[in-house]
Amino acid sequence: MNELRRRFQPEQIRELVLIGLILALALFFSTQIENYLHPRTFTRISTSVAVVAIVAVGQTLVILTRNIDLSVGSIVGFTAYATGTMLAANNDLPPLAVVLMAVGMGAAMGALNGVLVAYGRVPAIIVTLGTLAIYRTLLVEFSGAKSVLTSELPRWLVNLPPLNAFSIGAVEIRLLFLIALIVVIAFQILVTYMTWGRRLYAIGSNPEAARVAGFPAQRMVFTAFLLSGALAGLAGFVFLARFGNITVVAGQGIELKSVAAAVVGGVNINGGIGSPFGAFLGALLIDIIDNSLIRWLAISEFWRNALLGLMILLAVATDTVVMNRLRKAWVRHELQTSSASLSVEQGGARHAT
Amino acid sequence: MRHRAAFLQRWEGLLLVLLAVTVVYNALNAPGYMTLGNWINLFQLSIEKIIVALIMTFIIINAEIDLSVASVMGFSACTAGFLYANGTPMEWAVAVALLAGVAAGLFNSFWIGVVGLPSLVVTLSGLIGYRGLAYVLVEDRSIGGFPQWFNRLGQQPLIGPFPLALIIFFVLLVFAIIILQYSGFGRYVYVIGNNKEVARYSGVHVRRTKMILFVTSSTIAALAGILYAARLGAVRGDMATGFELDIITMVLLGGVSIYGGSGTMWGVLLSVLIILNLRNGMGLANLSGHVQTGVIGALLILSVLAPNVAGQVRSFWNRRRAQRMETGNA
Repeated sequence: MNELRRRFQPEQIRELVLIGLILALALFFSTQIENYLHPRTFTRISTSVAVVAIVAVGQTLVILTRNIDLSVGSIVGFTAYATGTMLAANNDLPPLAVVLMAVGMGAAMGALNGVLVAYGRVPAIIVTLGTLAIYRTLLVEFSGAKSVLTSELPRWLVNLPPLNAFSIGAVEIRLLFLIALIVVIAFQILVTYMTWGRRLYAIGSNPEAARVAGFPAQRMVFTAFLLSGALAGLAGFVFLARFGNITVVAGQGIELKSVAAAVVGGVNINGGIGSPFGAFLGALLIDIIDNSLIRWLAISEFWRNALLGLMILLAVATDTVVMNRLRKAWVRHELQTSSASLSVEQGGARHAT
Repeated sequence: MRHRAAFLQRWEGLLLVLLAVTVVYNALNAPGYMTLGNWINLFQLSIEKIIVALIMTFIIINAEIDLSVASVMGFSACTAGFLYANGTPMEWAVAVALLAGVAAGLFNSFWIGVVGLPSLVVTLSGLIGYRGLAYVLVEDRSIGGFPQWFNRLGQQPLIGPFPLALIIFFVLLVFAIIILQYSGFGRYVYVIGNNKEVARYSGVHVRRTKMILFVTSSTIAALAGILYAARLGAVRGDMATGFELDIITMVLLGGVSIYGGSGTMWGVLLSVLIILNLRNGMGLANLSGHVQTGVIGALLILSVLAPNVAGQVRSFWNRRRAQRMETGNA
């Protein structure tokens, strides 16, 4: 038991439960839908989860600092549209330049959010509700109500979504999904092992203490928003590659989906708890439900948003009720063992003198 | 305390100036602007949002937020439409739609008041969930063909030149001002918004107050949704999408602090008038609806940023003056 306690933190237990839930869901739908456990299902879900997973990682960074970024949907739409029109006008742009442009544009928009939140001291929900409208307005004005069409895009971009990175047996890992995986793993490493990432948790769990400890909290909140914007920009590129046809409403609603993914994945809305990997699992769970409801004939696909809303509530409720108890149990246990070993040491010291 | 009162007066003074500028601009650019008919029309164009803004003022002063109002509007309107399309008489459909709003409010306040989840999360999932329920009911159809009396209530004047929604708004406004500014319940709303813990230790029913507010919020949103359906003459799953942004902007621009505890109904009334006139003026200047939304978004950020920056500048000068006096004394 103690060995188990040491090996697993409550957060990891939560992630394991989530993985179990995903498997159980897949199993359930496989009994309901014909040909469900087919490599094609995996391909379908993995390509559709790529966009939300990338955005959810950025959202996680922001939520960890006790903030929220509701403008990401507009950033995804804006970058997808802007890079799309540029590519349509000039088919010879090098792919890497296009990706960098998308990331750069997103970063600039995220930086504006960051400045207003970190240095202007305006609450994140207000800033990003405002920029949600402003970035979308920019897109609509910029577009003149025209759409980007797949036929105008260069061949390499149109051929990108079905492109295989590698296969494991019959299961194909598409390049776009691989990009999302790399983002998730990179940021998981960042928040687990790097100083900057660890401080992110410190700021979120106790801003006052972090300030007293001398962490550059303002700058870090700014950077979190910048990264969230940059990742939304990258997701905008993936969005463009996946859909090809981009209208002015592109990316609408992704902000809610990314928050939902993070919250279902165990990221605490009050900051300081959660991880990019958890958010990825949350995005996966939501996407499996979304994708499977369309094919499941028992209930109408229109139920999916109602279910999503309920799922977020239940996830947060279990977090506050169950996870708090678990965490307290862990802390109590740690206190007991450390005080026990402390008294042994003190006893030994007294004998020596 | 006096300091804050002075600041509030100045904020409302600023709003008055802004209002005067927009009104004068509109009056100079549009003949027949200062007529009663035009002003009624002005109100009527966003009357549903204004009605919900009244209760949102209570919620934000209470240091909470309700992001689900627009979805509740859509949900209740679609409930009425769905029932009517399935053969229920319109009177009953409207009554059930109102009850649906009450149920949504009870659901929200259960999670906020009893379980103790942050209202941001609860109403965010409400924003998704109630919209989802609206789609469950009407799918991607549009339901119309309501009885004549129902459409007339939304589109024609009821008493003199005033339509029903406007009358409801003025009645609710009087109630809101009396309750918020002159009643014990209103004081509790402020006290809780200022400091929840202190309020609890002082014997204020924090939980009950919050639950009453959230049930009222969804109920009024449901009423506004039904009025919206009557005005449009049809319901769709996506009706009122994004209204929460406009509603919250109206409240915050009126000088209500997002951290709770301060702001008045008068300020919100002023900001509502400003936004109505601003939208009208932008329409006169040939700006599209999307640009108008963008400007409102910028206004939302500015309404919080401006006092922050002003406060920082003021404290900077105060510190400078204190330093100078110290060096002068030495």
